[in-house]
Amino acid sequence: MRHWIARQRYLIDYTVAALARRKAKNAGLLAVYTALVFLVASVLLYSHALKREAAYLLQAAPEVVVQKLTAGRHDLVPASYIEKLRDIRGVRSVEGRLWGYYFDPLVAANFTVMAPSDRALPAGSIAIGEGIARTRGAAEGDVMAVRGYDGALILLRVAEVLPQSANIVTSDLLLMGETDFQALFGIRPGHYTDVTLSVAHPREVRKVAEKVVLLLPDTRPVLREEVLRTYEAVFDWREGIVLTLLVGAGLAFAILAWEKASGLSADERREIGVLKAVGWETGDVLKMKLWEGALVSGFAFLAGFTLAYWHVFTFSAPLFAPVLKGWSVLYPDFSLTPAVDGLQLASLFLFTVVPYIAATLIPVWRAAVTDPDTVMR
Amino acid sequence: MDAFIELRGVRKAWNEGLPNQFWAVDGIDLDLARGCVTLLTGPSGSGKTTLLTLLGALSRPTEGRVRLAGEDVSSLPERFLTERRRHNFGFVFQQFNLIRGLSVLENVMLPAYPLAPPHGELRARALQLLRELGLEHRSEARVEWLSGGEAQRAAIARALINDPPVIIADEPTANLDTHLSMAFLAIVERLKAQGRTVILSSHDALVSEAPVVDRIVSLRDGKVVG
Amino acid sequence: MHIRKIRFSTVTLGLLSLLLLAFTLVLLSATDATGPDWAANRQWVSDLGLSDLCLATEARYTRHLSLADAHAPFQDHPMALEHFPTGAIFNPPPHLTSHAPLDR
Repeated sequence: MRHWIARQRYLIDYTVAALARRKAKNAGLLAVYTALVFLVASVLLYSHALKREAAYLLQAAPEVVVQKLTAGRHDLVPASYIEKLRDIRGVRSVEGRLWGYYFDPLVAANFTVMAPSDRALPAGSIAIGEGIARTRGAAEGDVMAVRGYDGALILLRVAEVLPQSANIVTSDLLLMGETDFQALFGIRPGHYTDVTLSVAHPREVRKVAEKVVLLLPDTRPVLREEVLRTYEAVFDWREGIVLTLLVGAGLAFAILAWEKASGLSADERREIGVLKAVGWETGDVLKMKLWEGALVSGFAFLAGFTLAYWHVFTFSAPLFAPVLKGWSVLYPDFSLTPAVDGLQLASLFLFTVVPYIAATLIPVWRAAVTDPDTVMR
Repeated sequence: MDAFIELRGVRKAWNEGLPNQFWAVDGIDLDLARGCVTLLTGPSGSGKTTLLTLLGALSRPTEGRVRLAGEDVSSLPERFLTERRRHNFGFVFQQFNLIRGLSVLENVMLPAYPLAPPHGELRARALQLLRELGLEHRSEARVEWLSGGEAQRAAIARALINDPPVIIADEPTANLDTHLSMAFLAIVERLKAQGRTVILSSHDALVSEAPVVDRIVSLRDGKVVG
Repeated sequence: MHIRKIRFSTVTLGLLSLLLLAFTLVLLSATDATGPDWAANRQWVSDLGLSDLCLATEARYTRHLSLADAHAPFQDHPMALEHFPTGAIFNPPPHLTSHAPLDR
């Protein structure tokens, strides 16, 4: 065993000395390789963490949301619909939601305005998400002016700023009482944006949704399981965009690595011949080259992945967030909980390290099995 | 004295099976004794270098037998042949074949890497060899900065690092002036005094007239002529 | 005379072990446990009856992903990145990017 280690150390001595001969070229290659692993790992880590968090949080989302469609667009749901929905067997409770969007010309951002049913906000007072407070520079006790549907200015007092830790769900929320909401948007009482259903048995959700469509053909039910699927799919799509952009970088690197590794020059061939002539076995030459591939790709993989982890979880992915989160005036400012997917890690390893080692090893193997007497000619 | 290396009916073909096939070594019987300095001589293309590769177990004969210390090595698999070569032969190539970009010391230590001796020991041994050859002050220099004579001495040190009983040198004086050629012959004398077998190939009169040479084998067209 | 005292393999393996250590620490810190705010945030989702995360606010279909139309053809904000590839090729018309009083 000690002999084996000593032998490997000599092989490493040699391969590193050989790499050190072209310092700039090999350092450049290592840097590009590391950067590639870093970029791909950042995307994977970021979207994995986001998916995990979404999957957890949205377990608490409404089981069914029912929207009314008129001419293919969302329309307000009248209270009569709620009564009809209540009669469906298996439905535990029905609730009309009041929510919508408000474009704030002052900061050119969209807020989500909501009249929550779980809290009674007195007329003229609101609760705002941390994102709004940050963008508008508003604090508790301040008065915010918004323009109603009829152009009238409405003054609202900020009664509460929602905690920053809840940003991932509440950042752009503007919560107000039902009457204020109706006055702001000119919505007649007895009309709702959409309706949420809670179903007694999880297994009945699909059946309930089918009944909803039969009963009210102009509605569209959205199931929680669909919501969760949507989140998976959307992040896959965003991940795909970034990864597609990286394909170019990947191909460039592949060419670089291939050129470097497989284009065995006459000098390198001669070198292998010399090593064999002075007493190295074919296996020693191959192991030496294996070490070269393993060291270069090992360095790139470990460094790239570790940097990516810091990038995503310590610094909140400044390089990718705009693409992965989407573009916004009001950036929801949240940090993700660190998580690593073993399968993702393994496939990253497989797709970055293994091809590089193969590209270094295969051409050398072809050269190394030839007779060593070529160096004498 | 019994023969250390024996060749029996050895032939070596180049471009085997092709229309331009020819016999570089064409039926040679040769016995080389331990501790002797043997010179292979002959015009270029007479098969000196090919015969050296066969004697040094760098290649295998197409026909015939090569015996090394009584063991037939002509049909040994590559791995075992390497093993025999490592323990028995040190090579000084015509172009020296030092590995560029590495230091003299690293080049000298190179043949011992697969044997993995303790690093300090190997380093000391390499420095000792360089000292004996008057090259210690250049041990950290890159080999491409060496002069022809220095490069040859580095190559000799490399050939000696595993302490082989046989040293093989191909056209050792081809790139040296008279003064350096004499210095080389002095080294050969020392190797002989240490009890090593030395096999040289050369068509340099300086070498063939040197008193250190015990035996001259003349080649022509792949055959021994004298 | 300059003598290299440290072997290449020592330097290389040393650096590699440091990296491996950092990598291991990173993996260990990535527990698959839930985040510190997760339970509280799930409470928010359940209390307010939210159906989406607030990740991006540039358009209806990004703010409320799950409630978007099958193909939401219009943008809520002219500078937004678009789902459809054409958005990468065409600039939004200038009258949309100047914040006119008509902006709502």
